[in-house]
Amino acid sequence: MDAKLKKQLEITACKVRLGIIEGVYNAKSGHPGGSLSIADTLTYLYFAKMNVYPDKPDEKDRDRFVLSKGHTAPALYSVLANRGFFSVEELKSLRHIGAMLQGHPCITIPGVDMSSGSLGQGISVACGMALSAKISNDTYKVYTILGDGEIQEGQVWEAAMFAAHYKLDNLVAVVDNNGLQIDGNIKDVMSPYPIVDKFRAFGWHVIEMDAHDFDSIEAAFNEAESICGQPVAIIQKSVKGKGVSFMENNVSWHGTAPNTEQYEQAKAELEAALKALEA
Amino acid sequence: MADVKKIATRESYGNALAELGDKYDNLYVLDADLAAATKTGIFKKKFPDRHFDCGIAEANMMGVAAGLAATGKIPFASTFAMFAAGRAFEQVRNSIGYPHLNVKIGATHAGISVGEDGATHQCNEDIALMRTIPGMVIINPADDVEARAAVEAAVKYVGPVYMRFGRLAVPVFNDPATYKFELGKGIKLADGEDIAIIATGLMVNEAIEAEKELRANGINATVINIHTIKPIDEDIIVEAAKKTGLVLTVEEHSVIGGLGSAVADVLCTKCPTKLIKIGVNDEFGHSGPAAMLLKEFGLSAENIVKTATQAVKNK
Repeated sequence: MDAKLKKQLEITACKVRLGIIEGVYNAKSGHPGGSLSIADTLTYLYFAKMNVYPDKPDEKDRDRFVLSKGHTAPALYSVLANRGFFSVEELKSLRHIGAMLQGHPCITIPGVDMSSGSLGQGISVACGMALSAKISNDTYKVYTILGDGEIQEGQVWEAAMFAAHYKLDNLVAVVDNNGLQIDGNIKDVMSPYPIVDKFRAFGWHVIEMDAHDFDSIEAAFNEAESICGQPVAIIQKSVKGKGVSFMENNVSWHGTAPNTEQYEQAKAELEAALKALEA
Repeated sequence: MADVKKIATRESYGNALAELGDKYDNLYVLDADLAAATKTGIFKKKFPDRHFDCGIAEANMMGVAAGLAATGKIPFASTFAMFAAGRAFEQVRNSIGYPHLNVKIGATHAGISVGEDGATHQCNEDIALMRTIPGMVIINPADDVEARAAVEAAVKYVGPVYMRFGRLAVPVFNDPATYKFELGKGIKLADGEDIAIIATGLMVNEAIEAEKELRANGINATVINIHTIKPIDEDIIVEAAKKTGLVLTVEEHSVIGGLGSAVADVLCTKCPTKLIKIGVNDEFGHSGPAAMLLKEFGLSAENIVKTATQAVKNK
């Protein structure tokens, strides 16, 4: 990846992480761990890959995105705010009564293409959008991100069969493999492994990616774009809580908001990282 | 009655889709390995490129329908009522209802008249389930003429619609030349002062037959066909309740949560009136020929006459 773009994306991803922490802290609830693990991928998609129109969010030829792991809405909202779909200030009202930013993605929010949050459902909707583009010869692409725990849902595999059967090569499903879910390590709760082999067996082209390296991210999505006749699954190896030292690889940050002290520390760490990047 | 034409409303559904396919080029049909039974096969034959089989995977089918609707298509997701409203309830709620997407759900093989397949496939709960989803329109047509008109009304309406069709061939009593379907409006079929019989779906014809017999016995009944269960026509129900002071609902569905409950909801707030419900009581069905099951479960003109006569006597 171009060094300048890489630096820019790293800076943006840092701002996105700050927005996640800001949102979850002010909400006093929410899911910071899995939001932080997808922050780089979402930043890449919205700032370097997807064709989107922040001033015209419903434009017909836009690429579509469905956050199948909808509980990580803080990441999506922070990316959308940083991309200009609505103000960054709005993040502070996340989950508040009367606020636009609902606990899980809601289709009425500018830039949100589908309501989601009940696990397993987003990938099916993404399949429908991709099929729709195929039917009409539309050129937009459809992206979705699933959790590695989420793929325990049977519906995911119904959708996986469907996407391969209808050769939805305009669909890219990212599986965020941070290895943790609410009850613990995914291997202990209900192992979905081997994830790569499963998607391959279902007829998908599978790419493995480092979720926190923009070179790897760019290479994965470029490869995805070159695939014809098959849907693409990107299995991203990620770190839950990435970017905030005390949240990293710690399952207790799946669905807990930081207290004031923790918030200050997280913010200080991310601001220091940002400062270093901008230097 | 021997010369009355009989058509299953699932057949009407398939035929209507095939007809409307010409008029609406953004109409697409999804099925879950039941195209032969839901009759969407009729559409598939005519528009093979606009029919997508999702396999035996109803949850995914509802999501795919949502994705098609979110990108401007009008999808008809078709399967048996048991799987559309039952198995895929949460997908319908969260992926279709919550984002208020323009998905039409064609649910066939509803009710006890499924017959021989027995209790696992006799869905008597779908209206109750669908009624609880905010913004969901529910249509339960009574015959071929009404079912075809309902499908077109669903295409024209923007938003989620649940349509309920039957497996059993039933008499066509509406006149296609004069019949007019208005979404959310009940139809008064008889006007009497002794009792109001409010029926839906396959039970409308039974109510019509019952009214004739009641009239011969000196009891004058109002008969109302409620094809749209949600939003329900409150005015026609309140007017009938005021006029008769006695309401009898009849439906091929559980007495819990269906038409009877919807009518009760209207009456208890707008016009408290004695209400009697005929429907499937709190029990599962079982195998048997549809006609015998309908009779056994009291879903017949005969039982309507009996129940109405007793109720009028006790008035």
